[in-house]
Amino acid sequence: MTSTEERPERSVPKPVFTDAEAGAKEFPDSGPSARRYNYFKPAKRKQTHYEDVTVEVQPDPRHYLSQGWIYGFADGSRGYPLTWTKLKAWGVDEPEPERGPGSGGRHVADWPAHGWHEFRDPNEEWELTMYRYNANVVRQINQNVENARNAKAFDQWTPNWVRFVERNVGAWMHIEHILGLYVFAACNRSGPTNMHNTVMAVNSEHKIRFAQDLALYNLTLTEEIEGFDGTAHLDAWNNDAEWQGVRSVCEALTAVHDDWGESIFATNIVFEPLLGELFRSGLVMQSAAGNGDYVTPTVMGAGEYDFAQRDLRWTVACFAPLTQDREFADHNKELFNGWLAHWVPLAIDAARTMQPLWSQPDAKPPRFEDSLDRVKNRFAGILTDLGLEAPKELNQ
Amino acid sequence: MSRQSLAKAHQKIQELSWEPQYHEPYMKYGTDYTFRKAAKKDPLKQVLRSYFPMQEEKDNRVYGASDGAIRGNMFRQVQERWLEWQKLFLSIIPLPEISAARSMPMLFQAVPNPELHNGQAIQMIDEVRHSTIQQNLKRLYMNNYIDPAGFNNTLRNFHSDYCGTIGRQFAEGFITGDAITAASIYLTIVAETAFTNTLFVAMPAEAAANGDYLLPTVFHSVQSDESRHISNGYATLLMALSDEDNRQLLERDLRYAWWNNHRVVDAAIGTFIEYGTKDRRKDRESYAEMWRRWIYDDYYRAYLLPLEKYGLVIPHDLIEESWNQIWNKGYVHEVAQFFATGWLANYWRIDGMTDEDFEWFEYKYPGWYDKYGKWWENYNRLSRPNGHHPIVAEDVDYVYPHRCWTCMVPCLVREDMVVDKVDGQWRTYCHEACRWTDAEAFRPTYQGRETPNMGKLVGHREWETLYHGWNWADVVEDMGFVRDDGKTLTAQPHLDLDPKKMWTTDHLRRMGPVASPNVILNEMSDSEREAFVADYNRQGPAGRPADSTS
Repeated sequence: MTSTEERPERSVPKPVFTDAEAGAKEFPDSGPSARRYNYFKPAKRKQTHYEDVTVEVQPDPRHYLSQGWIYGFADGSRGYPLTWTKLKAWGVDEPEPERGPGSGGRHVADWPAHGWHEFRDPNEEWELTMYRYNANVVRQINQNVENARNAKAFDQWTPNWVRFVERNVGAWMHIEHILGLYVFAACNRSGPTNMHNTVMAVNSEHKIRFAQDLALYNLTLTEEIEGFDGTAHLDAWNNDAEWQGVRSVCEALTAVHDDWGESIFATNIVFEPLLGELFRSGLVMQSAAGNGDYVTPTVMGAGEYDFAQRDLRWTVACFAPLTQDREFADHNKELFNGWLAHWVPLAIDAARTMQPLWSQPDAKPPRFEDSLDRVKNRFAGILTDLGLEAPKELNQ
Repeated sequence: MSRQSLAKAHQKIQELSWEPQYHEPYMKYGTDYTFRKAAKKDPLKQVLRSYFPMQEEKDNRVYGASDGAIRGNMFRQVQERWLEWQKLFLSIIPLPEISAARSMPMLFQAVPNPELHNGQAIQMIDEVRHSTIQQNLKRLYMNNYIDPAGFNNTLRNFHSDYCGTIGRQFAEGFITGDAITAASIYLTIVAETAFTNTLFVAMPAEAAANGDYLLPTVFHSVQSDESRHISNGYATLLMALSDEDNRQLLERDLRYAWWNNHRVVDAAIGTFIEYGTKDRRKDRESYAEMWRRWIYDDYYRAYLLPLEKYGLVIPHDLIEESWNQIWNKGYVHEVAQFFATGWLANYWRIDGMTDEDFEWFEYKYPGWYDKYGKWWENYNRLSRPNGHHPIVAEDVDYVYPHRCWTCMVPCLVREDMVVDKVDGQWRTYCHEACRWTDAEAFRPTYQGRETPNMGKLVGHREWETLYHGWNWADVVEDMGFVRDDGKTLTAQPHLDLDPKKMWTTDHLRRMGPVASPNVILNEMSDSEREAFVADYNRQGPAGRPADSTS
């Protein structure tokens, strides 16, 4: 026979029926029309989930920030100054409301007060989407690499291709890493709205992830291919003449003086099409199959998709309206053209410095000039989307 | 998942570390700290290949629970007293989160250790998660809770409301001024390591006790990221400590960050936990008990004290004073009383305290009733419009307080209030530590040392100034704290949603004008000001006039 020892009653909160559900009572603001964020105008007729979780999180003294920013830098600047890029959107030259004793809040009468607030990320990225997207990418890459490992697929690579991948595919990881951390993450403090800064953070994580994808792929190859030198990418990056031009441009992108607009424009509009896609699509992905490699294009392709289908999309959506801006179209075009005149020659020079890479694989990819023509055409198309014309420097 | 070990993978990605060869990155954010010695390892050892699926899984759990809460009619059991305070909390917190994301690149530049940048980049991504997941939670409340007012205009309200402005320190402080002061000491060393315990662990527990299990679901998921951020802060702190020139700055910043976090977080979270709950079990922890456990024992004794041997000067006096404020000087009670006094300038409803609440407070804080009981009885008496004014304009033995220029919480522990003329303006401060922050710490020189990167306290830091001389009805309309009939206030001093029991702007129009305490202070002669300070210091507790306490 067993006996049950009586325990003292545990102390737990008691559930209470409160009937605090929507619709339980009628009173001012109880209707369905009150159940939406009502402090901004959506870009389309109905506000999106993405807008609800991003718009207006970063305050603006021209909207509702009546007490103003409460911390300033030593030079007196505060918050997110609109002067942190030379680009302008309509309304930015209007003075901030002057507030003081007895002024009242002077909240925005006609939201959004200036054109920067009209930007929406066409990919509608927020936390839910960014984790789903990137988790899917890393899962797919892992599966591809794991399958290749099980199938002994790396045994089919030609020796020259092994050298090519260990040095050159490896070297590319550095570019993604630098752009991810020191361009996109660095600029996510500078944008004029939460939509800009969020999308820059998302672009940054694509880059950092892709850099790590390449690094870990390199580690796998070190484990799977006898004689694969997992540190050769460092030597190529630091010393190979073919890499020094693109490295210099990449580093220059981090050194843009106090202008997030130029940093992002030069990176996603100039560098990525003319150098990124040139190397990734125009060389690696085109030549891999002929050299017995069906794996590397899947890793490289994930990064290419990040740029071509997502990062370029938001960048065009961000900059294209500025060339049509109702107040500053000419000002912005002049700036963009100046940036093109500066960055395009650098990119073309760097591309030509990379040309010897096209000769390294046994099974040759398309000719360098064909690859370059292709990215130039693509680049010119992007400029058309932006309302800009291809600079004469493109013909170098 | 690949078979590669995490340690091996993490070691591999260190090969990405970048030493510039042709161009140095533009240094936008400065610091007066120096990092000449002792590079530290990345403490997170996190690679994105495992990070993204892990976060996705955490998201799946959060959103699964959200679905479950709606299907299970969670809102039939939610305490309105509790959820009303979430209108304030969830209007504040997404900005600090996204500001933390913005602060990470400030550290990339200030801390010359590429290995740490990996952890900081992951923190940046985490913070984007936190901000948007919290905006989403608020959206869910707005859609499903009985009263959406205050949730639906939260980001307009927060940006102009005085409580929101207090909370905004917990965001702008992360991203402005000296990069290490802001993004490392204020954010990771103090806010995240010490005070997220009460924000994201203690408060969600109270939410669950009030029928809301979504807040714990979201915030415990958020807190699981915070532990990584704490490691980031620790690594940077150890790097800073290894350079002796930094110790004076560390001492300054720890004093500022500790005191400001105490003033801001304890004011808000203390009020939510003590005055927003219906759970009055005697054996549930009070905020003071939680603070003692989570902050005093876990942070101060277990985290900070061991750092003393590395040369960190710990503000023992301010930590003990914070406890003194909470336990002996009624800091949380004074703040809650003030929030309730100013209910009409807010955008949430504040429930009155009942006999059951009184009993619990007296049990947890002996002597509470003598100090605060009568005032809360008056609050209940004056809660429905019935020919009288809101409590702020009635004679209930309460002197409307001046605002602290630094932390922007009013000077509620009256004996501690000090004044100083700074930047040509007379300012009131809630405590000497706040005066020191404004007058000495946030300056381009500190104890004779040049500190050219230190930030400044700016802005219209006393909200009443903007409405000096305005009628209260116009103030509330201007701030937008009015419901869709154009006159019923979003805020109410009770939870009764019967329109006949709700205050409207018509009721406020009969009140006298708003007066800015700071404007008045600056109009005083020297002798008037001295008399004012002497009188103010004799006021309290519970805001009582000096005469009634002498």
